[in-house]
Amino acid sequence: MDGTGHGQDPLGAHTLTAREAGLVGCRHCTRVCAATDERCPRCGGKLVSRDPGALQRVWAWWVAGVLLFIPANLYPMLITSTVGRASEATIVGGVIELMHYGAYAVAGIVFFASVMIPVGKFVAIAYLAVLVQRGHRTKPSHLLHLFEFVEWIGRWSMIDVFVVAILVALVQFDLIATINPGIAAVCFALSVVFTMLSALSFDSRAIWDRIETLSDD
Amino acid sequence: MQPSPDMVCCPVCDALHCFPADPDPGERARCVRCRTVLANGKDQAILHIVVLAATALVLMTIVVFYPFLELRNGVFDSRASVFETVMSFSEGVMAPLSIAVAAFVIVLPIARLSLLIWALGPLSVDREPWPGAARALRWAEILKPWAMAEIFMVGVAVALVKLADLATLSMGPAFWSFAAIVIITALKDTQMSKHSVWTALDTAKTR
Ligand SMILES: [Zn+2]
Ligand SMILES: [Zn+2]
Repeated sequence: MDGTGHGQDPLGAHTLTAREAGLVGCRHCTRVCAATDERCPRCGGKLVSRDPGALQRVWAWWVAGVLLFIPANLYPMLITSTVGRASEATIVGGVIELMHYGAYAVAGIVFFASVMIPVGKFVAIAYLAVLVQRGHRTKPSHLLHLFEFVEWIGRWSMIDVFVVAILVALVQFDLIATINPGIAAVCFALSVVFTMLSALSFDSRAIWDRIETLSDD
Repeated sequence: MQPSPDMVCCPVCDALHCFPADPDPGERARCVRCRTVLANGKDQAILHIVVLAATALVLMTIVVFYPFLELRNGVFDSRASVFETVMSFSEGVMAPLSIAVAAFVIVLPIARLSLLIWALGPLSVDREPWPGAARALRWAEILKPWAMAEIFMVGVAVALVKLADLATLSMGPAFWSFAAIVIITALKDTQMSKHSVWTALDTAKTR
């Protein structure tokens, strides 16, 4: 690993945290405040050293996200009517349709954004929450990378919802072809929002709080 | 231990640091424990952020009402602006989705840019900050994950492929403005570091 950080660390191998120093760090603006402050004097943000309800909120949003992900995959995302015939396409159906056009790259993007990312995110958040709840020996930098990746990539699942909106807006030719949104579009959008809220409720500081033995740094 | 303005707390892992001054231009100060960038010593970063945000905001007005996609076929012709796309869900049970898409693609990106300009605009020309600057800056950061203009762009690309065999598609002026906004926003975010921006606001207030 890199050893560049140790030179500037006045406290040696063990890093002093705001909580151990009896202070609270503002997560909005990085200001250090007294433990008795309720709001940050610089930015006015709420100060919480460790919120005991944070993990509960993570799980609550997580469950809501998983529950809505099921109908999002079972019901149609798009309802296309061409000259009196109506056909419905689910998320996976839409991907298969793209493959029929030979657009494998785009099919891959949509599959990745609509299926792989949500499922991967559910697994990753559950893994982090369970680990942090119990105390762990995993290297914190690995967990942080996983968390930051999950937080960053989660928003990209919205692609399919936007595609539906664009198609519905463009294809409105009463007799020839019309595209309408299916109920799955709503379920999917909500599922993505709830999973984002679940990731945002996770307090990354908890990764360091319950480490049992530090592996090397 | 008493809190002092020199102390910086890593928002990611809670590690305490002491930064008497900003790092030299071109250098970054990282958290000793989790390596998160805490401060970057960029010259005139504030001015860059404000100029980029203002450019993106101007482009945004073009984006919302001009058509960004045009669909043409011998028989029919249709074009859609971002505004029309947002309204496409506005009927019946889909109405909440319409509001959500409007928020993600138009309202929140515009709100974020305006808040940033409100908070940092006066600083960039060496004036005293406007009232509520701290609150505006905090909210700009809170809104960050919910402003999804760049994701919408990828959605446009996917829609293009899906409609390719139905009709000829062409990109309107709004498409290119939108692409520019996405690049500008990404550029702007690389200029921002929480500690540096907040310190700039602090020093402007006490002056
Ligand atoms: Zn603060
Ligand atoms: Zn840190």
